[in-house]
Amino acid sequence: MKQKISRRDFLKFLGLGTAGTALLEGATAIPAFASTAEDKLPTFDLGPLKIKKAKETASVCAFCGCGCGLIVYSEGDRVIHIEGDPDNPNNEGSMCSKGIALGDANTIVDKNRKRVVNNRRIMDVLYRAPGSNKWEKKDWDWALAEIAKRVKKTRDETFEEKDEKGVTVNRTQAICHIGSASCDNEENYLFQKMQRAMGVINIDHHARL
Amino acid sequence: MTNSFTDYKNGDVFLVIGANPAENHPQVMRHMGIAMATRGAKLIVADPRFTKTAAKADIYATLRPGTDIAFLYGIMNYAIQNGLYFYDYVLNYTNASFLVNPEYGFSDGLFTGFADGKYDTKTWAYQMNGDAIAKDPTLQDPRCVFQILKKHVSRYDIKTVCKITGTPEDVFKKVCDLYCSTGKPDKAGNLIYAMGITQSSHGSQNVRATAMLQLLLGNIGIAGGGVNAQRGESNVQGSTDQGILYHYLTGYLGSVNATLHPTLKDYLDKETPKTSFWSNKPKFLISMLKAWYGAKATKENDFCFDYVPKHDGKDHSHQAIFQQMSEGKIKGYFAWGQNPAVGGPNSTVARKALENLDWMVAVDLFETETASFWKAPGVNPANIKTEVFLLPTAFSYEKEGTVANSSRWIQWRWKAVEPPGKAKSDLWIAYEIFKAVRKEYQAGGKFPAPILDMVWDYDLPGHDEPDIMKIAKEMNGYTVADGATLDAFSKLKDDGSTACGVWIYAGYMFEDPVLKVPASQRRSREDKSGLGLFPKWSFAWPANRRIVYNRCSADPSGKPWDPKRMLVSWDGAQWVNNDVPDFGFKDATTGAFITPDKSAVNCYIMTTEGVGRLFAPTGCKDGPLPEHYEPVESPVNNLMSKQQNNPVAVKYKGDFAKLAPTASPDFPYIGTTHRLVEHYQSGAVTRSCPNLAELQPEMFASISPGLAKKLGVKPGDMVAVSSIRGEIKCRANVLPIIKPFKIDGKEIELIGLPWHYGFSGIATGATANDITPSVGDPNVMIPESKAFLCNVKKA
Ligand code: SF4
Repeated sequence: MKQKISRRDFLKFLGLGTAGTALLEGATAIPAFASTAEDKLPTFDLGPLKIKKAKETASVCAFCGCGCGLIVYSEGDRVIHIEGDPDNPNNEGSMCSKGIALGDANTIVDKNRKRVVNNRRIMDVLYRAPGSNKWEKKDWDWALAEIAKRVKKTRDETFEEKDEKGVTVNRTQAICHIGSASCDNEENYLFQKMQRAMGVINIDHHARL
Repeated sequence: MTNSFTDYKNGDVFLVIGANPAENHPQVMRHMGIAMATRGAKLIVADPRFTKTAAKADIYATLRPGTDIAFLYGIMNYAIQNGLYFYDYVLNYTNASFLVNPEYGFSDGLFTGFADGKYDTKTWAYQMNGDAIAKDPTLQDPRCVFQILKKHVSRYDIKTVCKITGTPEDVFKKVCDLYCSTGKPDKAGNLIYAMGITQSSHGSQNVRATAMLQLLLGNIGIAGGGVNAQRGESNVQGSTDQGILYHYLTGYLGSVNATLHPTLKDYLDKETPKTSFWSNKPKFLISMLKAWYGAKATKENDFCFDYVPKHDGKDHSHQAIFQQMSEGKIKGYFAWGQNPAVGGPNSTVARKALENLDWMVAVDLFETETASFWKAPGVNPANIKTEVFLLPTAFSYEKEGTVANSSRWIQWRWKAVEPPGKAKSDLWIAYEIFKAVRKEYQAGGKFPAPILDMVWDYDLPGHDEPDIMKIAKEMNGYTVADGATLDAFSKLKDDGSTACGVWIYAGYMFEDPVLKVPASQRRSREDKSGLGLFPKWSFAWPANRRIVYNRCSADPSGKPWDPKRMLVSWDGAQWVNNDVPDFGFKDATTGAFITPDKSAVNCYIMTTEGVGRLFAPTGCKDGPLPEHYEPVESPVNNLMSKQQNNPVAVKYKGDFAKLAPTASPDFPYIGTTHRLVEHYQSGAVTRSCPNLAELQPEMFASISPGLAKKLGVKPGDMVAVSSIRGEIKCRANVLPIIKPFKIDGKEIELIGLPWHYGFSGIATGATANDITPSVGDPNVMIPESKAFLCNVKKA
């Protein structure tokens, strides 16, 4: 009996065929493609499937509102490959250029063709002092405590407990919060809870623009 | 969106106006393509530019930016004049037969009630017969909505429309014929829009016009139809649902106004209508207060209603916030996952406003132009006193949680990898910042109670991250007594016995009895109807309903207009449903079916009159009907009336006030902003992704070959694009996708500007928004970025 291959397996094979260079780490792939001279197709040994050890995680694209499902292939903390989730009815395996490049936000391939963290990511708490022309690295505990002090100072200096008619308004107009349609529902729910608890009424985000 | 992307395959004609899915919602091209390939669906694209979407269209209609109302009214007028509208739908499911106050009138661009720069809406009300609205089911009374609409749109004949929009008359007639072919019971027209409709000083009325056209043709509430506002970000639907807005709390419960709602009783009395589903509002609001303030919220203390901050009735939207900042009134700013220094209007002035802040907390993945405004080109950091905390956050697959796509599907995302370095999820950051603030207030401070009493107990022992399941359950709702997760908002109570953070999300975390996972985590492709409803894939709010207003898919007796597209059906004794009914179909206590006559008169359950509004007696600040006005900056006079612009458009002050006069000789061209498939919004992420940066490395302005020739500009040359607000330099992209409009005998050039670029990242470039105006729609204050005046010169 012929072995049945599932749609997912099929796509995995297909992914290897079409996006081979992106998935293969070894040096063998580079000279093979580099020697594509004289209308000869390159031949080279694909070797073992390099994503076979990868962890697969179902996710949803971080960009437009289509909500394409995707599968993140990762090894350790590096993203190896992203492909459309064939089961997700929104996209049934297909993705646009942005979605396909989603891995770039975490992992890029450096000059030595090694996967490394995208070096433009902010990986430390950064602080810019008044008048300064540079960022300073700080730790979380310091930043959280300092932010809380700033919030308290601004809020308390500008707090309106009651308006001119004596109505309890519990607000500060000197703090604003803007964002974000790029954050999850649960995150946004916490943002607005905390801002409203502090009396912030200047709340807005992408939906306005 | 009223419908879902997976429903697009049921459409017969697509009208894409003010959207460019090929670049901005690429997956939509596949969904439309399925309908085109399998059922011969046709595609109409109306756009100022010959976009990639237009390249796939059966009919491409050019349309000058900001003239959508004239275009849509032209189609409506054609439908009415030629009897192509869906008469039974219009009669039964809209307010066409309702009589309007005899004092209502419209003359020379103004509706009745205009005085001192604003409208009093009294004369737009319905005529009443005692408690009932007066109606004329023959639709002949000159005071009925249908006759008022007919008269109003009769001014928009093909010739007039095309003079305004610049659409060739023969093309426009083809659009009318093709789109009006969907005004039949067995045809579905899907109207798709995006920011081309909304970013306008009459954006809300543009949207009204799309909905009115769909009502006239009977295209709402049916499979394959709908008013489908395609949303730009992965979770802009969800962030809006959570009330990240000054005028809404969660689930579209209006925020609290100090003058109107000094007490809970005032809020409930004034904001709860007697009819419509919103009559349940007290249950939603009180359950929300209970979720927020927990045991502290009691009946005796009005469930801590006093803790909710009350606004002053003034504008606190994005543009107003930046104006306040420029006036020095705002001292602290949480810039959370958004980059207004590139993405907001009039961004040169907006960046300048940031200099007035004492502190900014920026939470982002990459160094955005907002976080690093103090080192923007031409800025001297020594002069800027603002302290900036830039907090590193996790990307979508470096954390878990849900996002709601444009179809209202709330899908779960699992965590694949750890965030790099010291980056943390936004959930953790918010949780920890507010914990730190609470700690400060434990030692006292101004009115600490709302801060200390807010439920904030999401520690998960043994874990660094807060307990997302607990947060999600609070949003979903539970019974207070036993903590049981609720399955539906129909279970919510107004006595404090239920807690629910976001009533429209009720059910999203309820465990599916068969799949044994919370609804938002479901991954079943089951689709028994074959209509692409996928009821067991994630969870669609509200109530897992995939197509809203679906009562309208059947006639008043409950028989589907089109059996092939059956969503709900009354078989004489019971309802048989493919989708979750959007109407009362079963008595909650007895379980008996409710006969179709009851729901037929209440098919639009969110409006107080129970039907769709062709005429809006309330709800809009700028008229009960749309009317064509020119964009605030326009090269031509309004052909329809002496009223050049929306008379109640919002304008801003100080440096934000600069606007070019009509037909300005210094700024003779129309500027419009747009997006590219390779970049996302302000480019904060994508311009730092090497593959995408390589694909679209640099800012450019698209100009027509004719204009390029006139200016002596070759493709790739540097040009200076200016408006009254400033100048940007970028490369010229010369392609015939841009053609001048022929407006009333005049040729007017268009300049297309992608708005993704800024000074940070790998791919950098001039910021288009540096030259866009600060103007707002009067209802929602969205800026008018799609139509403004500019000039171009060789740089
Ligand atoms: S892959 Fe493309 S079409 Fe799909 S959600 Fe992401 S950005 Fe949108």
